[in-house]
Amino acid sequence: MSSAFRIPSAGRLSQVRTARFSFDGQSYTGIEGDTLASALLANGVHLVGRSFKYHRPRGVLSAGAEEPNALVQIVRDDARKTPNVRATVQELYDGLAANSQNRWPSLSFDVGAVNDLASPLFSAGFYYKTFMWPKAAWKSLYEPKIREAAGLGVSPDKPDPDHYSSRYAHCDVLVLGGGAAGIAAALAAAETGVRVILADEQAEFGGSLRFESGAKIDGQGGFAWAQAAIAKLSAMDNVRVLSRTTAFGYYAQNFVGLVERVSDHLKAPGHDLPRERLWQVRAKCVVLASGAIERHMVFANNDRPGIMLAGAARTFLNHYGVAVGRNVGVYTANDSAYAAAIDLKKAGVNVAAIVDLRDNPTGPVIDEARALGIEINFGRAVIRAGGKLRVSSMTVQPKNGGGERTIPVDAILMSAGWTPSVHLFSQSRGKVAFNDETKRFVPGTYAQDCVSVGACNGTDGLSATVDEAYAAGAKAARDAGGKTAKGTKPKVDGSENWSRGMLGAAPGAGPDTTVKAFVDFQNDVTAKDIRQAVHEGMRSIEHVKRFTTNGMATDQGKTSNMHGLAIAAETLGKPIPEVGLTTFRAPYTPVTFGAIVSHARGPLFDPTRKTAIHPWAEAQGAVFEDVGQWKRAWYFPKAGEDMHAAVDRECVAVRTNAGLFDASTLGKIEVVGPDAAKFMELLYTNPWEKLEPGRCRYGIMLREDGFIYDDGVVGRLAPDRFHVTTTTGGAPRVMNHMEDYLQTEFPHLNVWLTSITEQWAVIAVQGPKSRDIIAPLVEGIDMSDEALPHMSVREGKICGVPTRLFRMSFTGERGFEVNVPADYGQAVWEALWAEGQKHGATAYGTEAMHVLRAEKGYIIVGQDTDGTVTPNDAGLDWAVGKKKADFVGIRGLTRPDLVAKGRKQLVGLKTKDPKVVLEEGAQIVEDPKQAIPMKMIGHVTSSYWSQNCGRSIALALVAGGRDRMGDTLYVPMPNGVIEVEVTGMVFFDETGGRLNG
Amino acid sequence: MLLIRCPYCEEERPELEFRNAGEAHIARSANMAGESDDDFEKFFFIRSNPKGIIYERWRHMHGCARFFNAVRDTVTDKFIMTYKAGEPKPSKLPKNSNEVVAK
Ligand SMILES: [Zn+2]
Repeated sequence: MSSAFRIPSAGRLSQVRTARFSFDGQSYTGIEGDTLASALLANGVHLVGRSFKYHRPRGVLSAGAEEPNALVQIVRDDARKTPNVRATVQELYDGLAANSQNRWPSLSFDVGAVNDLASPLFSAGFYYKTFMWPKAAWKSLYEPKIREAAGLGVSPDKPDPDHYSSRYAHCDVLVLGGGAAGIAAALAAAETGVRVILADEQAEFGGSLRFESGAKIDGQGGFAWAQAAIAKLSAMDNVRVLSRTTAFGYYAQNFVGLVERVSDHLKAPGHDLPRERLWQVRAKCVVLASGAIERHMVFANNDRPGIMLAGAARTFLNHYGVAVGRNVGVYTANDSAYAAAIDLKKAGVNVAAIVDLRDNPTGPVIDEARALGIEINFGRAVIRAGGKLRVSSMTVQPKNGGGERTIPVDAILMSAGWTPSVHLFSQSRGKVAFNDETKRFVPGTYAQDCVSVGACNGTDGLSATVDEAYAAGAKAARDAGGKTAKGTKPKVDGSENWSRGMLGAAPGAGPDTTVKAFVDFQNDVTAKDIRQAVHEGMRSIEHVKRFTTNGMATDQGKTSNMHGLAIAAETLGKPIPEVGLTTFRAPYTPVTFGAIVSHARGPLFDPTRKTAIHPWAEAQGAVFEDVGQWKRAWYFPKAGEDMHAAVDRECVAVRTNAGLFDASTLGKIEVVGPDAAKFMELLYTNPWEKLEPGRCRYGIMLREDGFIYDDGVVGRLAPDRFHVTTTTGGAPRVMNHMEDYLQTEFPHLNVWLTSITEQWAVIAVQGPKSRDIIAPLVEGIDMSDEALPHMSVREGKICGVPTRLFRMSFTGERGFEVNVPADYGQAVWEALWAEGQKHGATAYGTEAMHVLRAEKGYIIVGQDTDGTVTPNDAGLDWAVGKKKADFVGIRGLTRPDLVAKGRKQLVGLKTKDPKVVLEEGAQIVEDPKQAIPMKMIGHVTSSYWSQNCGRSIALALVAGGRDRMGDTLYVPMPNGVIEVEVTGMVFFDETGGRLNG
Repeated sequence: MLLIRCPYCEEERPELEFRNAGEAHIARSANMAGESDDDFEKFFFIRSNPKGIIYERWRHMHGCARFFNAVRDTVTDKFIMTYKAGEPKPSKLPKNSNEVVAK
C-alpha cells in the first residue's frame, strides 16, 4: 500500500514491509525502515508540532538529530510515554503511537497561538524583565503558569518499567561518526589489527552518503559501499560496530560517553533487552568524523510547515523514497540545494523555481539544473513565505529591493551552507579557529589525543574527505602500536562539491525590518530578538545567548548558533571571531536519566548492610531503621504496641532484668604491632602506654583543630594489640584518618591497621541479670567482678566458639559486649536469648539504646556533637591526657577560641512540665519576650521520654552551659514557649552504682 | 573520568578508585604542642589554591590503599606526575608535561 507522497522508484526501503502507526489518534501506514518523520511526510503530513513560546505551527526541518521542531510524545503504554522524541530519529515500528506536543485543544487549532499575536510582549529578555518583581510571586504565580503554558511534552507519571545497561570499554581507536569519513578511518585502523570501535547515531551507517546520489566509491554507489564496508568491519574480531549510538559527551583523557538505543525501534522489545545501553569508552585515540549540519535561511515566516533543509528533503527522497511536496521552491546561498532540486526534478516533482542569493554562481550542478529546465533566479531573496499550517507560496524580490513576485509552492527547500559539527571536539577542550575565507569554525588547537576528519574538520569533497580520514585512521592505529596496514584506501570515483553559503539574516529580514525570521526554531528566537539583545547592551555572545535563549533548547543550537552569532556580530559591528562562539556542552543530544542511572536504582541504588543477627530480628517482627547503609533493629513491638509503648517496655526491662542488643554495626579496627601503643597515644587524647592488657578505656579522637572526630571503647588485648571500636557511621573515616597518619606523618611506627567490623558480631547483654545469662555459656573466663571488673576484656570461648568478651556498658547497668566471629553471630545470639528467657530478658533496639544512654548522659558523636565541640565542651576533659607531649589535636585545643569563655557546653535540660518532650534541634533562648529575631544561645541535641525517670530528659549545647546549672531557659516553639531547667547530664543513677549492681 | 597513575601499583587506574586528600607537602610539626598561633594557622587553615600547578595528596582507596602525591594542573585537570608519599617535592617537572597536543 503506497502512501500519497511515496515514490516507488526512489529510496531504499522495501515497499512490502509496511508498518501501521498513529499520530494524534489518526492512523497511517508507513514502511519498515522509515523514521516517524519520513512516514508522516509520505502521508503528506508536515504539521507535527507547535512552537515553544509562540505556539506557531511547525513542521519537519531536518532528517536527523539536529531537529528542533518535530518533537513528539511516543506512547507505548501507561508507563512508557516518552516526551520530546525527535520524529526524525524515531524509527517506525508497527503499532507506533505518537502525539504532538505543546498544543491545546488540537494541533491545527491551538489556543496558545494567541502568544504569536501578542509577540511584542514575548520578545528577548521577556522573562527577565516581566517577572522581576515581586520575587515571591515567582514560586507561587509566575513559574507554575509559565511551565503550564510553555512546557515541552509531558513527563511520564509512573516509574520507568524499562531497564538500562551500562558497559565500560577500552579501545585503541574510537571513531565517532559513520559516514564516509568515519568508515574510511575505521577501515584504515582496523586493518592494522588494533582494537577499533565505530559508532554512529543512525540506524544505518553512511551519513550523508544516504542522500548524495553523486557519490561513487570503489565502483559502487556511496551508500552501497558504506554497507559493504560495515559488513566487513563487523566481521573483524578487533572491531566493534555500534549503530543507533550517540556519543554525547567527551571527557578528560579520551573518555567518551555513548548511548546505544537498543530497543526503542522494536515493536515488542521484550524484557530481555535493555531499552538503552550506556557505553563508557576509554580510547587511546579518538577520530572525530561527526560531519556537518546544514543551516536554514533566515527570512520571514521561514518556520512554516513544508519549509525544510535541502539536504533533509534529499534524504527523504533518496533514502526513504518520499517527496516532501509536489511543487517545491528552493532558496539557497550555496550549491548543495541544487543537488536536491535536481534529484526531486528527476523523480518527477515539479521544482517551481530556485532562488539563489548569489549574483552569478557557476558550476556543474547549476548547469545541470538549467539543463533540466528548472527556473533559476540569481541575486534574489525570498522575503517571506505564505501560508499558515502549511507553506503555500514564496515571495521573491531582488536582494537589493525592487518588485515582488509571489510563486505558489507546497514546500521550500533551503540551504545557507553547512556548519562543521565541532561539538565533540569543543567538549574535548579543543579550541576552534575561525576560517575567515569559508566563514566556518573548524578545529584549531587540540587538547587531547584526537583528530577531526571530513566535514567536521572543514574538509570539502568526498575524495579529500576519504583521503584525510584514511590517513588519520592509519596514523591513529600506528600510534597505538598497530602493524603496518595491508589494506587499500577506498577509491572515490564520483563526488559532489559544495561551496560556502552565508551566515545571518537574509535580505528582507535585515536590521530595518520587524519580520519573524527565525534563527532558533526550538526556542522561538528571531533575528530581531538577537539585534534587540545587542541594543539593550549585551556584548558577549554568552550574554546574547542567555538573554535571547538562542541555542539553549534541547537541540543545543545545532542549526541556529552560527546565524545568531553572525547577526550579533553584524549588529555590534565586529568581526565574528571577536564576538566569539558559545561553549559546547555535553550532552550532544538529550540523554535519558535511565541510561545514566542504569542499574543503580531501587535496591541497587546503594548497598544494604545487614548484621549476622538480622534474620532473627526480622523473624521477631522488629522495625528497622537505616543507619548509613546498615539496617538496624529500631524496636521490637509486641502485639498491640506502638513504638512508644515498645521502647518504654524495653528500657524498663533492661534496668529491671536484662536486655540483648545487636551492636554488630559498631566500627571495629585492630591496631597491632610493636608500636601500637605509641600510635594510639598519637591518635587519641587518652594515655594508652600504661593501660594494662585485659583492660579497656573510653577513647576520644580529635582532628588537628581540636574538635571531637570520633569516640569509642578500646580494649587492649595484648601489649601489641588493641581492639578499637568506633561509631557505626564513623568506621570508614576513622580508618582513613588512622591510615593517613600512619602512612604519611608517623611512617616510622611499626603498626598494622585492620578493619574488623564485618568479622565480629557483637551482642550487648546489659542489665542486673546480664552475668547470670552469659556465665553458663562461657568457657575459660572468670566472670567474677574481681577477675573481670567493669572496663575489662578477656578472650575465651562462648558456646564453643572464640569470643572477645568485653565488660562494658552503654546503659549504665552491669553489662557485657560479646564479640564472636560473625558466622556464629546468630547462633550465639539464640543461645544467649534462650538463657535470657530464664531471667526475664528482652531484646531492645536502637531507640531504647538511645534513651538508656541519654539517661546516663553518654554522648553520641554526630548527634550531641557537630564537629565544633571540644572534649571540654562535652564535659569530657578527664579523657584528655594532660601530661602527653603530643596527640592529634593537641595544638588545636589551645587555640584562643577553643579556650575562650562562653563556649557552648553540653548540659542536661529538664522541662518544667515533665510530660513535655522537647524537639531535637529546637533553639534555646534566655528571654522569650525579646523581639524576633531572638538571640539563640544553644540547641537541643538529644531528647526522649524516659520511662525509667518518669519524665522527659534532654541534652543540649548551651553557651556557658555549666555556669547556668539550675537556671531557667526557654525553648520557643510554634505552639508556645517551653520552660526548661539546666541540669547535669546524668538523669539516672548519678553515683554509677548500677555498673556493678 | 581521569586516569591516575598510582606510584605504588605502577599502573594508570580510573579516578573512581581514588580519593583526593588535599594539598601535599604540609608537614606536621614534630613539636606540635609548641607551635605558635600563626604557625598553626598556616599549617591547618591556609592552602595555596593555585590556578595552575598544584601538589596534592591522593589515596588509592579502592586499590592498594596507599596515600601518594600528585602534580596536577588545575586549569586543564591534567595529572603531570605522581610520586610516593615521603618523596621530596619534585624540583623539576617532566618536560612538555603540560603542552597541548598539536595536530
Ligand atoms: Zn595503588
